Amino acid sequence: MIINSINSRMLSKLGSRGAFGVALHEIANDNNNIIALSADLCNTSGLDRFREAFADRFINVGIAEQNMVGIAAGLANEGKVPFVTTFSNFLSMRACEQIRHFLGYMKSNVKVVGLGSGFAMGMFGNTHYGVEDLAIIRAIPNVTVISPADSSETFKTVQAAALYDGPVYIRLTGTMNNPIVYKDEYDFKIGKAVKLKNGSDINIFAAGTMVYNSVKAAELLENRGLSVGVTNMHTIKPIDADVLDEISSYSKLIVSVEEHSVVGGLGGAIAEYNSNKKNVPPHLIIGTEDKFKYAGEYKYMLEINGLLPEQIADKILSRYNSI
Amino acid sequence: MTRVEALEHCRKMAMHMRKNALKMALAAGNNGSHLGGGLSIIEIMATLYGHVMNYNKNNYKSRKRDRFILSKGHSTLGYYTALEAAGIISEEQLFTFEQNGGYLPGQPSMNYDMGIEYSSGSLGLGLSYGIGLAIASRMSDCPYNVYVLLGDGECNEGSVWEAAMFAAHNKVSNLTAIIDANSLQSDGPTSDVLGIDLEQVWRGFGWDVRMVEDGHNIKELIETFEAPGIKNKPRVIIARTVKGKGVSFMENNNEWHHNRLTQLQYDEALSEISIKEVHLSDN
Repeated sequence: MIINSINSRMLSKLGSRGAFGVALHEIANDNNNIIALSADLCNTSGLDRFREAFADRFINVGIAEQNMVGIAAGLANEGKVPFVTTFSNFLSMRACEQIRHFLGYMKSNVKVVGLGSGFAMGMFGNTHYGVEDLAIIRAIPNVTVISPADSSETFKTVQAAALYDGPVYIRLTGTMNNPIVYKDEYDFKIGKAVKLKNGSDINIFAAGTMVYNSVKAAELLENRGLSVGVTNMHTIKPIDADVLDEISSYSKLIVSVEEHSVVGGLGGAIAEYNSNKKNVPPHLIIGTEDKFKYAGEYKYMLEINGLLPEQIADKILSRYNSI
Repeated sequence: MTRVEALEHCRKMAMHMRKNALKMALAAGNNGSHLGGGLSIIEIMATLYGHVMNYNKNNYKSRKRDRFILSKGHSTLGYYTALEAAGIISEEQLFTFEQNGGYLPGQPSMNYDMGIEYSSGSLGLGLSYGIGLAIASRMSDCPYNVYVLLGDGECNEGSVWEAAMFAAHNKVSNLTAIIDANSLQSDGPTSDVLGIDLEQVWRGFGWDVRMVEDGHNIKELIETFEAPGIKNKPRVIIARTVKGKGVSFMENNNEWHHNRLTQLQYDEALSEISIKEVHLSDN
């Protein structure tokens, strides 16, 4: 599928999970080795079409995420390309050791798709929010971690992950009618960040849903006379060192924005990398606070965590003025 | 190979393996090793690699080979010695056991070049992986069997039962789980720590359950492995074994779950085993 204004609107309506389902169905048409595994969340994962079209390549393990990852590893090591799917924290936490063991230690070619990460699960509440998954999975060697910016990039991520020879964790954020970042075809490469706009004062590194909100925040800041860039860091691991080096060399402030805890996510990855560098600018980490709050609708959760564009802009301005 | 020849071959393998296991434990020095569970699986492993499993020692990566998964990774003395007895790894390689940075650590690390299908050490993960291998056989139309060896203590892990449910529900009939039921786990008798009736529970989970009353009797093991299975069911063979089997001061003594072996103890153990070698045909 080529990204254009029509496709991007269609995928956006479906949200990240629906876009994932469309992508996997399309890829499975051309590749008989693609297998989908679900832990009793087939419909929720956008996999109904896949199940109907490829019944013999769809496996429902029941509500048993640990077993799902183990089975997928066995399939992968026999040449299959399994995608395991469920809500992100039931993978990153319930099946954490299986991910470490099979994907990390044994390097099994399994694609783990963490659905509904961040606050997408709305009123389901804290058990279903995924705001620690990057910190957890990023600590495991050999696992590539990708957080696509919108539904079109979700499509591209699934395509790229299927072709990539190695374990991948795909973090899907946002709800139906995901804001659209990409309306046109573009070059997506695992590990290669995409500069959406350049700024000479401030540069924002964002991932997942926060790419769109960061673009909007940058516009607000530009209205105040600042030059603000935004880079889509879709691949959190391995982090794109080249783009970090380049942008850090001329920015007065760098900012990371993510729908994830301020502990150990994209902000953590950038800070770890820059800690070994000389003359890097100050770094503001914007994410969810390190605490559990009351549950609520998606937009409400973004708001109480200060992740709406105006709030992001305010935080950045305040930090910039203190330099 | 006739049944009599197979029996003789496996018995010789087991004897050779048990001696090597002790030699490896001695060479491991102060690192120590998991002798108890290593010795309890020796006859099971000799039966698998000596007779039951289909593999070619000169082409052991063949897609059609049967797969063996050691889920209870700490029984590695009984595993590496089987790979050596089967001619898959050399004697020289075998005695790199527990060397720093070596290929044969205290718990196995996946290495297809050495016939090691799976990394283990963390309990409760192997059965799921074995299911993945087994259903890949169906999907690829490449027939082979998968054997997964678990401990009775390991069956405490919840992930084992997730896998057990799946295999029965999905009729994964090219899968055999073997339980090394030596009745002891790290903190003592399984009946004290978390006792369950394995036979009833596995049957309740929908498996074809086979009991082996003496998991060191190769004749009984071969007969059980060769008995026709129930159609469309995964099979579990629950083998009653003795932890530390073959060395009187180790048998049923949990101090030997993991321990270092002194030269004196090694000499005593070896002389006990050598006496038994004379009476091999009694097994």
